[in-house]
Amino acid sequence: MLDDGSPLFQQIARQVSDGVLVGTFPEGTQVPSTTELAALHRINPATVGKGLALLVAEEVLHKRRGLGMFVSDGARARLVERRRGELATTYVRPLVAEARSLGLAADDVLALVAQQLRDDGPAPTTRRPPVPTPARTTPEGAR
Amino acid sequence: MTTTAPAVSARGVGRRLGSTQALQDVSFDLPTGAVCGLLGRNGAGKTTLMAMVAGHDRPDAGAITVHGERPFENPAAAGLVSMVRDNQRYPDDLHLAHLLRVGPLFHAGWDADLAAEVVDAFRLPSKPQLRKLSRGQSSAVAILVGLASRAPVTVLDEPTLGLDATSRQVFADLLVRDLAAAPRTVLLSTHLVDELEGLLDHVLVLDGGRLVRDAALEDLHGSASVVLGPADAVERATADVAVLASRRVGGFLERVVEEPGGSARAAGDPALQVRPAGLQELVAALGAGDDGDRATAPRPGSLTEVPR
Repeated sequence: MLDDGSPLFQQIARQVSDGVLVGTFPEGTQVPSTTELAALHRINPATVGKGLALLVAEEVLHKRRGLGMFVSDGARARLVERRRGELATTYVRPLVAEARSLGLAADDVLALVAQQLRDDGPAPTTRRPPVPTPARTTPEGAR
Repeated sequence: MTTTAPAVSARGVGRRLGSTQALQDVSFDLPTGAVCGLLGRNGAGKTTLMAMVAGHDRPDAGAITVHGERPFENPAAAGLVSMVRDNQRYPDDLHLAHLLRVGPLFHAGWDADLAAEVVDAFRLPSKPQLRKLSRGQSSAVAILVGLASRAPVTVLDEPTLGLDATSRQVFADLLVRDLAAAPRTVLLSTHLVDELEGLLDHVLVLDGGRLVRDAALEDLHGSASVVLGPADAVERATADVAVLASRRVGGFLERVVEEPGGSARAAGDPALQVRPAGLQELVAALGAGDDGDRATAPRPGSLTEVPR
């Protein structure tokens, strides 16, 4: 079962779009059917349908009548753009809040992020398309 | 896969059982194709309501219809609904084989292959009389009838009662798969809210015979929140929002409030923990039935996540 506190149809949408992001579902290929996803996660097929409809609205998937759902051209780039927009609220804001409650200075937080980036080594580039603009991690942006 | 015409309609339904008002002024429309959880405490009126949907009983106030038909004593409605009560009694000498034989007589859509598969999946023994089956096996028989009948409105009264963990997964697997194969309206009652939540897309909550929630699952999500912290801070933050349940442990107070995000005041207070209430928490809070503080003895470990 899925569980991150958000509504199930959003979790289904998130999971399928994760698959598009990491290359499990390349552009132009078919994603699992509503029935398969419902059975896999033991959730209501209508809920899965809502999740996939969300991805259709976001132009990540498109329906081919009688065949199923397919990953749209440019879906990955659209997801990357959207997720970058969400990065600040989803990850950076709680990070900063926690750091504040621990009394960390801005420089300490930035040093931690830099250290983590070094520890993880170079970002895997093989399955990722070229990045239009590098993510900004300047001290000004961290405030 | 819901369409506009309701599968089940209730209007001002009431039912008195002896000196108890088991249901009072219950009105709802259950969309066709919905999988609806009927939730609430023991004695809230769930089985009473289901029995009236199935035509085993009739309301003494208001009206209930299933696809436009009143189910009680109505041949036109008999095949529309399938229900096995959670405490179903069987004739002394009735065996599983009899049930499998009479099923198709009552339900035109009876699927014998599915019935056989359910028997296998739950390892139902064919030898003993049905009345001698264990609690879990009786539940499996009810699931068997509910699924194999393929009735347009399938009522499952506590389908997972007494089922082991494997069987509960088997039930979820069978239901999800069969919903895809033969879409229909399902009304199921359960106390294992968290475990079965994913199967639902609609929720009805009864408390003390009254309908206190009627909503699509996604609309309930995040409609209530839990605020936890020092009692005075929680009281301040929740003074002007609807409180569904309160629990006091020492100097701490936990409140389930009918407000996304706890309340505007709670959001800004670092001493408070605020999080969305899950469906199970919401149902439990609705069943708590008052907005007074329920005093609770401290349990070991229960204070570990409380902020300083």
